[in-house]
Amino acid sequence: MVATEPYKIVGTRPVRPDGVDKVTGRAAYGSDIKLPGMLYARVKRSPHAHAIIKKIDASKALALPGVKAVVTRADFREAGPGLIDIGEGPPVNLKFMLDNVCAGDKVVYKGHAVASVAATDLHTAEDALNLIEVEYEVLPPVMNVRDAMLESAPLIHGNELTGGLTAADMGKRPSNIANRVEFEMGDVDAGFAQSDIVIEREFETAMYHQGYIEPHNATALWNKDGDITIWTSTQGTFSVRTASAMILGVPVSSIKVVPMEIGGGFGGKIPVYLEPHAALLSKKLGGVPVKMWMTREEVLEATGPTSGTYSRVKIGAKNDGTLMAANVHLAFEAGGFPGSPVGAGAMCALGPYSIPNAFVEGFDVVVNRPKVAAYRGPGAPASEYAVESVIDEIAERIGMDPMDMRLKNAAVEGTRRPDGATMGVIGNVQVMEAIKDSPHYKSELEGENRGRGVAMGFWFNAGMESAAYATVVSDGTVALVTGATDIGGTRASHAMQLAETLGIPYDDVKPHVVDTDSIGWTGVTGGSRTTFAGGWAVYEAAMDIRVQMEERAAKIWEVDRDQVHYDNGAVHGPDGKVFSFKELAAQLPHTGGTISGHADVNPTTVGAAFAGHICDVEVDPDTGKVTILRYTAVQDVGTAVHPSYVEGQIQGGASQGIGMALSEEYFYDENGVMRNSSFLDYRMPTTLDLPMIDTILVEVPNPGHPYGVRGVGEVPIIPPLAAVANAIYNATGVRVRKLPANPRNLLEEMLPPEA
Amino acid sequence: MQDVTYRRPATLQEAVQLLKDNGPTARVLAGGTDIIVMARERRRDTSMFVDIKAIPELTGIRFDASEGLTLGAATPLYQIYRNETIQRLYPCLVDSASLIGGTAVQGRASFGGNLCNAGPAADSIPSLIVLEGKARIVGPNGERTVAVEDFCTAPGRNVLEAGEILVSLSFPAPQPNSGARFLRFIPRNEMDIAVVNAATSLRFEGNNVVAARIAIGAVAPRPLFVPAAGAALVGKPLTDESIAAAASASRDAATPIDDMRGSVRQRKHLSYVLTERTIRDAAHRARGEALEH
Ligand SMILES: Cc1cc2nc3c(=O)[nH]c(=O)nc-3n(C[C@H](O)[C@H](O)[C@H](O)COP(=O)(O)OP(=O)(O)OC[C@H]3O[C@@H](n4cnc5c(N)ncnc54)[C@H](O)[C@@H]3O)c2cc1C
Repeated sequence: MVATEPYKIVGTRPVRPDGVDKVTGRAAYGSDIKLPGMLYARVKRSPHAHAIIKKIDASKALALPGVKAVVTRADFREAGPGLIDIGEGPPVNLKFMLDNVCAGDKVVYKGHAVASVAATDLHTAEDALNLIEVEYEVLPPVMNVRDAMLESAPLIHGNELTGGLTAADMGKRPSNIANRVEFEMGDVDAGFAQSDIVIEREFETAMYHQGYIEPHNATALWNKDGDITIWTSTQGTFSVRTASAMILGVPVSSIKVVPMEIGGGFGGKIPVYLEPHAALLSKKLGGVPVKMWMTREEVLEATGPTSGTYSRVKIGAKNDGTLMAANVHLAFEAGGFPGSPVGAGAMCALGPYSIPNAFVEGFDVVVNRPKVAAYRGPGAPASEYAVESVIDEIAERIGMDPMDMRLKNAAVEGTRRPDGATMGVIGNVQVMEAIKDSPHYKSELEGENRGRGVAMGFWFNAGMESAAYATVVSDGTVALVTGATDIGGTRASHAMQLAETLGIPYDDVKPHVVDTDSIGWTGVTGGSRTTFAGGWAVYEAAMDIRVQMEERAAKIWEVDRDQVHYDNGAVHGPDGKVFSFKELAAQLPHTGGTISGHADVNPTTVGAAFAGHICDVEVDPDTGKVTILRYTAVQDVGTAVHPSYVEGQIQGGASQGIGMALSEEYFYDENGVMRNSSFLDYRMPTTLDLPMIDTILVEVPNPGHPYGVRGVGEVPIIPPLAAVANAIYNATGVRVRKLPANPRNLLEEMLPPEA
Repeated sequence: MQDVTYRRPATLQEAVQLLKDNGPTARVLAGGTDIIVMARERRRDTSMFVDIKAIPELTGIRFDASEGLTLGAATPLYQIYRNETIQRLYPCLVDSASLIGGTAVQGRASFGGNLCNAGPAADSIPSLIVLEGKARIVGPNGERTVAVEDFCTAPGRNVLEAGEILVSLSFPAPQPNSGARFLRFIPRNEMDIAVVNAATSLRFEGNNVVAARIAIGAVAPRPLFVPAAGAALVGKPLTDESIAAAASASRDAATPIDDMRGSVRQRKHLSYVLTERTIRDAAHRARGEALEH
């Protein structure tokens, strides 16, 4: 593309524009909203995992002084058919989306919303919850994916879902299987027949939550003129607008979504939960603003974690390490409604490798757990954990260095994946080689009960729509407006790409994230797309400014348009005529007016991401407790626009992946009640549980982006599961095939079988 | 959270009267690190907090070489683990006090609160038991003393009658050649409730163990004093065999439940492991040796 190295700003590490407000506590989050006359609301939730709602009686709650309104399903319009694509993850059926926001005839998980109540203060709203009487007919819950797939399993959605175990079975009879995907390439049976070694294993991963620190929140005002304003913490204001409009049955144009600062999302802050309740309560109250936010318990029990999974992976190889065939079976828990990320998991499962013969099938299965949402590389951590574990076992069996074996089979440009996609310019081999060359991989690991593991990860990354609007201010700065809610430092990465393109200092760009009425359609901040696609929009907006500045200079100088060109922060004309950006900016108001550049883009030339992690552990043989001694994450990051933020993304992803490997899990009792819905017992790793995560950035620029950007945010969560499991094997001789490998589970594997 | 009244009596009598007058929803407030959380989550119906921290007998640390140590029940943990006498003579109390919560919690939380809260996994109680702690209780009907191992009766329940307050905890002066140690096992390195915890105190005469007390937690409805484990060590030198016998006695005494924090098998196994580890560490301390970890 146009941009060429060396860059002046891309690749540096400036301070983030939103930094001061965040460290001084001034940044405005959803819970900071306070409007005149505002009321507070809470959601009444199901105590049962699976039950029919017989009756809801809110009269006692409404009689409590201070209580102003109650919303139940009767206040929602009934949903027609329709699919909504809200961003990361498969499109969702409107009826199911509505049922998830407020239960219809049935509750399908503990914590499922059945009503909401607004009161003058939060405590009164909380008191009122116990006064809303709900009569249930309790049904047996189906808590995990394998039970739910049994023919004898209770049906969560009656006759509505009819997925089958084979392509031929699909649609034949009611089941809890909502969907089935299948990819096939080559001749799998022949591939296994030609293999010298074939290993087949089963794996399980737990349901995990993103664990963002800020709970979900929403404030809504349904004005008397029909205009609705929603202030919320979200990864995608436009997704909230679409989803809310469809649920409420109003035109999208009547809703304005104002993004507040967001305290983490990782995919989980894409769906709507509270927004429609707050809006309907506000409407019932005749245009009074209503504010809602969740407790941690609600966040864990009733938002969108990622699927618990079961997988079965069979891989065949030659004795020289050549991979010949793979058969991957994946079954993912969707939660109470269809829509697990099994499709993405299936696409990614074999991503780092070139395997001539492969069959991949995936099942989307409903269970009585919260409806899953996107979570960083949705589906891939589980599927690649299974594959990377089997690859490790094959390497060991044939006596080959695990990285050499991976290199021998590495996917390269042109490699076709089983799902049909062909790899573009990728840094897979470069990452593998960087691992082998790293001081960590070359070091000797000494000591008892210690072991090392490696694993690769692949994520395809996303493109999608983005918009940018940039105005040249007369003092020579640029006001940059985007619709991309800033979770991971994208105000900085956008401002840097704008400054680079215009050749002006980074500090002269003032980025702002604005509401849905103030910018073009912008997809979610998710899919590792925002620095890529948003950066592209910003680049085009800057190019738009450059062209207009050339035109303006030509007009001022009274020369031909094509005698003028923009270069390096200045406009150059004939005979050494030159305007610096600042000089020309100052002239704009009296030479025809202000210049703005804008762009709406929908780029598809996405660059895929590869990562490889090295992990050293020590396992206490008496307790099964795993200590991570050293951890290195290697990743092809395309171009590291802001290397510190790239490193931060990698460290954050690795930390979450380590949590999946070692400590996090949804723990349910036999009644389908989550027993660990607090950060005390839902064990995310703390700083004391992790070593410094060392990073090695490999830069193979994406030719499909002006600055070579590839998404970097998701892929680092993928390798840790297998890297840790492989390290535990190396330390103890125990192959961990059920995650998390917490002390309870690992000790069970290490102790002799019980008499 | 409900509406609550806050009172801060200056004398024990006043506090006892407030509790008596206001019934079971009047709650003693020491550090509040358990009770405020429970009240906020509506796990304890609460109408009044009776803050006991302004009552002189309830806070402070007194040591006397013949009488031993007396801790005001509401003395915050940080004062306990920073006290030089306690560091020197009762390091096992420092083990417990310094790992309950983090710095912020330790500025408020007390041993009295930990004991009265009567959690099966409470991290001070095994230490209080093996150090022969005695609980001094004052109430509407006067005063009484209860051994710590008899204080808790069930999860969240203790021997206190309506209106009674735990005033102080006292411990005999340590004997020569004695040592004690507390350890807990948690899956993470912070922010967890003990899967199992354990404490051991030992006294040697020459090579022989002459007294041994062992207590384990999170393996029964209440913290468990295990006399059989101590008995396995007494009257002989400490050997791998006697330690194994004591650890096995702990494992046998444990009757744990299966829950999100641990399985039955894991907890029984850890009862063994932690008993063994605390015995070895207590022996090091008795001999005046530094611990490895
Ligand atoms: C973040 C956090 C971390 C924690 N970590 C740990 C940990 O690692 N290990 C652990 O064991 N605990 C832990 N706890 C629990 C708690 O901090 C301890 O149990 C603490 O010792 C309680 O003491 P307190 O003074 O705060 O008790 P309070 O909350 O004031 O009281 C606890 C209970 O005892 C009653 N009570 C208190 N004092 C008296 C008295 N003198 N007479 C009669 N009744 C009384 C109260 O009415 C209440 O029912 C943690 C708590 C928090 C919030």
